[in-house]
Amino acid sequence: MNKRIPHALFALGTAVLLTTACTPAPKETKIADPGASVSGTVELWHFFTEREANAIDQVVKDFEASHPNIKVTVKSGQDDSKVTQAIGAGNGPDIGLSYSTDIVGKFCSSGAWVDLTPYITRDKVDLNQLNATTRSYTEYGGKRCAMPFLADAYGMYYNKDMFAKAGIAGPPKTLDELTEDAKKLTVKNPDGSLKTVGFLPLYDFYENAAAHLAPATGAKWLTDDGKSAVGTDPNWKTLLTWQKNLVDWYGYDNLNKFRSSLGDEFSADNAFQKGQVAINIDAEYRLAFLKDQSPNLKYGVAPIPTVDPARYGGGYVTGNIMGISKNAKNPEAAWELIKYLTTNDAAVTKLAGLIKNVPTTQKSIADPTLNADADFKTFIDIFNNPNSMTTPPSASGPAYQETFGKFLTDYQAGKVKDLNSGLADADKQINSVMTLGG
Amino acid sequence: MTAIRAAHAAPPIRTKVRRNLTTLSFLAPALIGIVVFFVYPLISAVYFSLTKFDLLSVPQWVGLDNYKRMADDPFLLQSVRNTLWMVVVFVPVRIVGAIGLSMLLTKLRRGVGFFRTIFYLPALVPPVAATIAFVYLLKPGTGPVNTFLEKIGIDGPLWFNSPAWAKPSLVLLGLWAIGDLMVIFLAAVLGVPESLYEAASLDGANAWHQFRSITLPSIRPVILFAAVTGVIYTLQYFDQAAVAGSIASGQATTGAGISQSFGYPEGSTFTYPLWLYTVGFRYNALGYANALAVALFLVAFIVTLILLRRAKAFSGEES
Repeated sequence: MNKRIPHALFALGTAVLLTTACTPAPKETKIADPGASVSGTVELWHFFTEREANAIDQVVKDFEASHPNIKVTVKSGQDDSKVTQAIGAGNGPDIGLSYSTDIVGKFCSSGAWVDLTPYITRDKVDLNQLNATTRSYTEYGGKRCAMPFLADAYGMYYNKDMFAKAGIAGPPKTLDELTEDAKKLTVKNPDGSLKTVGFLPLYDFYENAAAHLAPATGAKWLTDDGKSAVGTDPNWKTLLTWQKNLVDWYGYDNLNKFRSSLGDEFSADNAFQKGQVAINIDAEYRLAFLKDQSPNLKYGVAPIPTVDPARYGGGYVTGNIMGISKNAKNPEAAWELIKYLTTNDAAVTKLAGLIKNVPTTQKSIADPTLNADADFKTFIDIFNNPNSMTTPPSASGPAYQETFGKFLTDYQAGKVKDLNSGLADADKQINSVMTLGG
Repeated sequence: MTAIRAAHAAPPIRTKVRRNLTTLSFLAPALIGIVVFFVYPLISAVYFSLTKFDLLSVPQWVGLDNYKRMADDPFLLQSVRNTLWMVVVFVPVRIVGAIGLSMLLTKLRRGVGFFRTIFYLPALVPPVAATIAFVYLLKPGTGPVNTFLEKIGIDGPLWFNSPAWAKPSLVLLGLWAIGDLMVIFLAAVLGVPESLYEAASLDGANAWHQFRSITLPSIRPVILFAAVTGVIYTLQYFDQAAVAGSIASGQATTGAGISQSFGYPEGSTFTYPLWLYTVGFRYNALGYANALAVALFLVAFIVTLILLRRAKAFSGEES
């Protein structure tokens, strides 16, 4: 027998043991008794930068003033990947603040963020004070591992000057009206190319993601047992057929050529801000961009058009989320800070005003100062509307949305000939990709 | 007699051990580096590829499930197709371009240093910055390249916004930053003995014959090196494809959200490493991502072996 083989096996075994030794193990957490004093340092990681990071700092200072025994260390510019890797390595921050609800499924099911129910029960926190949609995207599999930290509501922006020039009185309320208005608002160059576009319907353009348009028909992503519903929910077919008809009216190549000449979404060259597109889907945060970068643009905001007038008023809702790492050093102080930032009405109102996002508690939603701005109020109304929808958390994160997104870009380009069989295939692909998450 | 032989034999063994230990102590820093940064990660990758692992909880042993999964992965097929396209086109184009450029630079009589610097400089530009610059230069409608083409009556392509042109645009970007390869070929070409060309000239060989019969055989080891490193580099092609897709889509963003624009337009720039990254860091399926990484390693290893063996057979050399 080759003498090197036992040596190699020994080295391999050692490496595997080392590898397995370096993987995290579950840890049990016990919470303090009611009324117990909380003190110490707590570390908060968030993704915000610049103006928004300053807003966080201001409200954290308010927290420290009202909780003198707790000191908060804030680290800005930390995205989900960094938080995930830190938790995996056993060095997670006490609190993580994420911009994506997509991580809730994974963080809840894996225990990366601890179950907050014991804290909520102990402190008698009334979750009904939170908007219902935000409650739905902060829990997974019956486990509440996150709390909503402000929200985004998606609606429709329209250019009032272009509407007036085209003789259109107000924003479209149905998808048919949207098609009609989009055609009226579109201007072509003498060579037939597109000069300005009424509504640019491509799914991979700016915020036109399927998730943001799904409330127009009420299309559902997942069945009750967590499988893909895109092939079985007829509302998807309605939405896709409407979109494809409009794409075909423009001509896919014409649209693609026009789109390729437009500026970046998050720059002053945004096509809506420059008057190249008359109607755009976007969230309330665009208001701050418009005020800053395009103060002279005359625009209006409205809920997205729907196929059924009874559904009108809603839109897509998502938001930021907060949770306590399973390896938090000071989970009690972490919970105190999360409770303050997500359920203290004054703190939530202040944050919403500073960051220009939608607040999430019932009292802050009704705050007269925030509602004084008519445009912002439109988004608060969308947020509150019962027809508003979100994307359900999944253990595989955004895999189901991105897989469907790939199908949609193929479909709008004319690569899918039969929509029914295409959607059935998409179902299979989504279900396959979703198994990656467990 | 035996005792005398044993007495004589003992010191050499001790000396040999001592010598080995001395050698080992000199090699130790490198060996530790190899073990820590190559062997251990490689074995870890193989181990994790046999598990279901999300970085957040304890890995669960799943045997070969992650490898079996590859057979039914539609995005894997798409990413392999794009990566193969890049290997087949990008690598040869860069090699031919670098050889051509180095040949031209050896023929220059004036401004040699200046032109060498000019052609080498793009290789110093960080790939992300270079890609952003290229996307804006080639931006249809407003980019200077298409504006110029329009002025001379040519309707320019959509470059990074066209599924047909996106990969060729990446090749163009690779050609622009060819300086690193050019320098190596330049050194090889300059190393060919001048006497060979003089002798060939006397025998009446023209420039093409000289290139084919003298230059090419002389720089064959460098071509082999460029091919092997080029293939490995292209199999790992990530930065430029990710950034080009993000910027061209008009949805430039940061963090994990960037994967939403991977492959733009229509999946044409969706390379194997982009799918690996998405699976691992977007969907947190580290087990499957490790299986993809191990498969990539094996492919790179096998391709390298084939290239080395073919080169050996071609040249008739043993090493």
